[in-house]
Amino acid sequence: MEAVAEAAAPSPALRNSPKMTSRKTDVYYGESQALRDVDLDIGENQVTSLIGPSGCGKSTFLRCLNRMNDVIDGCRVEGEITLDGIDVYRSGLDVVQLRARVGMVFQKPNPFPKSIYDNIAYGPRLHGIAESKSELDDIVELSLSRAGLWEEVKDRLTSPGTGLSGGQQQRLCIARAIAVNPEVILMDEPCSALDPIATAKIEELIDELRQNFTIVIVTHSMQQAARVSQKTAFFHLGNLVEVGDTEQLFTNPRDERTQGYITGRFG
Amino acid sequence: MTDSTAPTAALRRADLSEERLGRRYAAEKRFRAYGLMAIFAALAILGLLIGTIVLNGYTAFVQTHIAVPVYLDPQVIDPQDTNDPQIMGRADYQGLLRTSLRDRFPDVSGRRDRLKLYGILSNGAGLDVRDAVLSDPSIIGTTQTLWVKSSDDIDSLVKGYIDRTLPESDRRVKDNEIVWIEALEADGAIETQFNTTFFTAGDSREPEQAGIWGAVVGSFYTLLITLVLTFPIGVLSAVYLEEFAPKNKWTDLIEVNINNLAAVPSIIFGLLGLAVFLSIFGLPRSAPLVGGMVLALMTLPTIIIAARAALKAVPPSIREAALGVGASRLQVVTHHVLPLALPGIMTGTIIGMAQALGETAPLLMIGMVAFIVDIPGGVTDPATVLPVQIFLWADAPERAFVEKTNGAIMVLLGFLILMNALAVLLRKRFERQW
Repeated sequence: MEAVAEAAAPSPALRNSPKMTSRKTDVYYGESQALRDVDLDIGENQVTSLIGPSGCGKSTFLRCLNRMNDVIDGCRVEGEITLDGIDVYRSGLDVVQLRARVGMVFQKPNPFPKSIYDNIAYGPRLHGIAESKSELDDIVELSLSRAGLWEEVKDRLTSPGTGLSGGQQQRLCIARAIAVNPEVILMDEPCSALDPIATAKIEELIDELRQNFTIVIVTHSMQQAARVSQKTAFFHLGNLVEVGDTEQLFTNPRDERTQGYITGRFG
Repeated sequence: MTDSTAPTAALRRADLSEERLGRRYAAEKRFRAYGLMAIFAALAILGLLIGTIVLNGYTAFVQTHIAVPVYLDPQVIDPQDTNDPQIMGRADYQGLLRTSLRDRFPDVSGRRDRLKLYGILSNGAGLDVRDAVLSDPSIIGTTQTLWVKSSDDIDSLVKGYIDRTLPESDRRVKDNEIVWIEALEADGAIETQFNTTFFTAGDSREPEQAGIWGAVVGSFYTLLITLVLTFPIGVLSAVYLEEFAPKNKWTDLIEVNINNLAAVPSIIFGLLGLAVFLSIFGLPRSAPLVGGMVLALMTLPTIIIAARAALKAVPPSIREAALGVGASRLQVVTHHVLPLALPGIMTGTIIGMAQALGETAPLLMIGMVAFIVDIPGGVTDPATVLPVQIFLWADAPERAFVEKTNGAIMVLLGFLILMNALAVLLRKRFERQW
């Protein structure tokens, strides 16, 4: 396939050195193949968005990056995915360590049914990041501040995280992911359950987080991809059709299918 | 559709729908009436059941006592004046009571009539006197009016279960006994008092001395064994099957078998217990240990199914969230899934335990149906349980055991309602909305 061959070439959109790379990645769910031969570089400290119609494999690809697919029965990943040049699927790699380095934010806000504080503190406690209570308090405050939630919740850290509004819950989940100080944050349609105002806040936040983290975001909204990402990859039917600078991809797509999708002819 | 046809079509349709609407409302009303009738029928049956039990059983909680002025003769109680409780405890208190009765009714003569007269008191009445003496030895040598238990027949007579107008030959209580009782009643020497014996004693052949405490303790030990065995095994099985096991034909097979096991008649588990626990392992007969093991086999499927349902109800997003911040699968289960599922698991466990508490058939097979007077002191002592005690008393020929049976049923129902209420409370208290 022509487009894939094109994508396999080193991407011109890569401004920074690649934080994660994928080479010839195939994913199977049982007998059916969900992803075919995906080659993609994810640049450090930039936002990469994955777009494409439902069922195209973008979420599947995202979940390969921190091996969240491991828990799905019958899911098989072939090819090579690396983080800082090290294969994340090699045997002997500690998945827990990987997920501490590659955090994740999900489609539906899913705070633990615990207090706001405990939601954030859970990860640091798990990995033994904080040495003392005050250090943990600092991590909680810093994470909430970075997620833009501190001012709203600082007076009610002990109230349950599930009592926040949808947008606040999602920012809480982002804060929770930040708290373990990951290098990469994966976001699986983080705004699809939120109203436009909450969405705008999250998008703003993503832009700020780019300074410190490498972000990969799956989104159904092309406007969102255009707004927040520097690099966009278009998936279709399990293939990575085209990848490029966000601006270039949206204004001047090389592939017909990309053209069709972004102009709304199919989706 | 043109303008000219539209109104007629609408009119026609309105006619039709009105008729239809009427029929639909009628059907709805009928259906609701049937539903209400069904509920009332169910309530009526329940009311009848509980009403009969309570009416027959409430008298089990009281016992007829007779006031007897008894001279506590030092010559009988402590002839050597040793003040030794051992010696005082062995004295013939029943004899003292007999002397008092003879003094009260001096015109009763003849061996047979005397025995009848003595028979209005319980065989255990002497124990009441002994207890009074042992608790306060200073009353020796004085005449004390003590309330002692009547025999079961007199108890039934006083409670009105024996028809005094029947011909004497058809009555368990004879004419002369009625005369004595009426004389005592006239003296105010007969009273029904709260029956503590019923709650503190073990089983007995004498209805007025029989109690349910032995069966309650037996039930407690049995359920303790059941709980200790089923809770960890059930929860671990459920967690493994739900959270860790791969979904393949082996786990499918296990699942089907667990569901089938829940439907096996309980007496089969009793036979299994008899064949395996008693015959092969040689564990003690009639013991709560074996009873608990048998009931554990019976309850295990219930608890596994309930626990799996509770684990399934925890949304997968919580698992993903924990995995996403780097929790291991075990940490996901112990930190998040299990605490969230625990109220559901507890509810299932309590309902399983309530089921086990009411179970009789499997325990008959392993010998817990024996007549046991002593209160069991441990899980290997011979014991019986509440439902089996009810079964035993229901079989007993004495009239007074009818009320004991119903009284014991009320106690058992009380425990069951308590347990189910606890389960409902737990569910309401910890119910979580996502």
